[in-house]
Amino acid sequence: MADEMRILLRNYGKIDPLKIDDYLAQGGYKALEKAKAMSPADLIEEVKKANLRGRGGAGFNCGLKWSFAYQAQADQKYVVCNADEGEPGTYKDRLIMENDPQAVLEGMAICGYAIGASKGYIYCRGEYPQVVEILNEAIEQANAKGILPGFDVEVRMGAGAYVCGEETALIESLEGNRGEPRFKPPYPPNEGLWGKPTIVNNVETFANIPVIVERGADWFASVGAAAYPGTKIVTLTGDVNNTTFFEVPTDTTLREVIYHFGGGIPAGKKFKAVQVGGTSGAFIPEANLDTPIAFDSMSQIGAVLGSGAVFVLDESRDLVDVATQISKFFEHESCGKCAPCREGTMRLKDMMTKINQGQGTAKDTALIEKLGRVMSYSSLCGLGQAAPSPILSTLKHFSADYDAKMM
Amino acid sequence: MKLVDIIMQYKDQPGGLIEALHAIQKEYSYLPEDAILETARVFNKPASEVYGVARFYSMFSTTPRGKNVIRICESAPCHIAGAVEVIAALERELGIKIGESTQDGVFALEFTECVGQCQATPVITVNGKPYFDVNPTTITDILAEYK
Ligand SMILES: Cc1cc2nc3c(=O)[nH]c(=O)nc-3n(C[C@H](O)[C@H](O)[C@H](O)COP(=O)(O)O)c2cc1C
Ligand code: SF4
Ligand code: FES
Repeated sequence: MADEMRILLRNYGKIDPLKIDDYLAQGGYKALEKAKAMSPADLIEEVKKANLRGRGGAGFNCGLKWSFAYQAQADQKYVVCNADEGEPGTYKDRLIMENDPQAVLEGMAICGYAIGASKGYIYCRGEYPQVVEILNEAIEQANAKGILPGFDVEVRMGAGAYVCGEETALIESLEGNRGEPRFKPPYPPNEGLWGKPTIVNNVETFANIPVIVERGADWFASVGAAAYPGTKIVTLTGDVNNTTFFEVPTDTTLREVIYHFGGGIPAGKKFKAVQVGGTSGAFIPEANLDTPIAFDSMSQIGAVLGSGAVFVLDESRDLVDVATQISKFFEHESCGKCAPCREGTMRLKDMMTKINQGQGTAKDTALIEKLGRVMSYSSLCGLGQAAPSPILSTLKHFSADYDAKMM
Repeated sequence: MKLVDIIMQYKDQPGGLIEALHAIQKEYSYLPEDAILETARVFNKPASEVYGVARFYSMFSTTPRGKNVIRICESAPCHIAGAVEVIAALERELGIKIGESTQDGVFALEFTECVGQCQATPVITVNGKPYFDVNPTTITDILAEYK
């Protein structure tokens, strides 16, 4: 049976996160030194070879993304850390920032050196005021020691909008605007913050960087699943005995997550469904539990790894009620910029509410399926594209719950 | 600090508008109309644009509300852990509905989506401070802290 493997959480509980000397004593900032002894091109090649793929949900090769910003010509470039972490059931970025803030700064500084950026921003969600304080303190300590020469980092706070986790919406918000996603292309590595080449990476992605530089691409690429190597911090919620977090290699299966690390379902009840990747993920039945949590294996079963949140439901749960609650989330969080999502999330919520109240018919579910399909390919950003997924997957795998509520 | 002085601190910060709104709201618990107009003037933007930003973000309020803002998470993990009972108990205890403030201006009650403390659901926050594993019997003590 698999064990935890703490790469990202290597300093968890071992250092005082507010003491940079503790971080230094654990070998902190050695990776930055090592990176600076390499040429930016070699450094990027190393990150590319490690095959680190973005931990914010899209799974894009990190080094490849950096190479685009490296090649872009501009007088100013930016490094942005996406700490908006709004996906329900997720708190892994908070864990990293609260327990090892210097590791995030070090990862950002290495990126800054690689792409030629002198300025970094951390966009931290407004729901984490205590994390903003920790980050500011960490930056102050690093600056006082002169550890980040030529790289200036600032923390900015979001104000409660899930869509601002989408990288172009995040950039809009950093610029002081409404957080509405931009049309792509151009992509941020070419035209991002204030029109300048910008790398947006997730907190967990940045936290991986110092380890990769220190221990080498080959080592990293050998951990976990070959196509999505490394570890993943999983946050477990719902009907499990241990609603907690752990860091595991990416070839760990869902069954291991739920039964080994999660300690199984409480009160002797049976498993019913699991939703991976936060509230925008699909609900998965028992038959798929032996799937590894890695990005591609999750896609193969019609699910997403997303943020690594794992939400478990036991046999007593009504999936129509849960999916209805989730449909409210998307209606509330849709930014309204594009019609398929603005109107679609509202209609989905209306129809789900009707079904949940026992007033739905087969006509409603047929409409939901059609609307959901249209939204998934015509919405401007990932929010509208993913919003139907929890509903469509429950219709597919747990239709009995719907049947039980039909008029 | 005077309103204009609060705003002026962020005037030269690139993209500082949202930080300015945060600072105003910290002082007043909401964004008064004249504060929006003053911000627009300082940042040299149309009032409609500043108002549009203020209305976009769920943590900003453009209507007066109670001093202590209680937010209850209604995302799925908190929902199945019994958020509904907590909401009912809060409404009962405070004598108001979600979205309202108490007569004495001490409390405002709002929904939020996940606040990233899902290890101990259901969760509520008061002025941003999270409270864990909340249930109808524990809210009395929590509210007492702010009375
Ligand atoms: C609606 C929506 C919300 C998102 N929320 C987040 C988030 O909270 N944190 C995050 O890192 N990425 C989020 N993303 C993904 C980002 O757009 C982007 O892919 C990511 O920040 C890139 O970093 P990575 O390559 O390190 O994963 C979100 C995407 C969408 C469409
Ligand atoms: S899909 Fe939804 S959230 Fe995304 S841009 Fe369109 S309306 Fe906004
Ligand atoms: S789901 Fe309620 S705090 Fe995360």
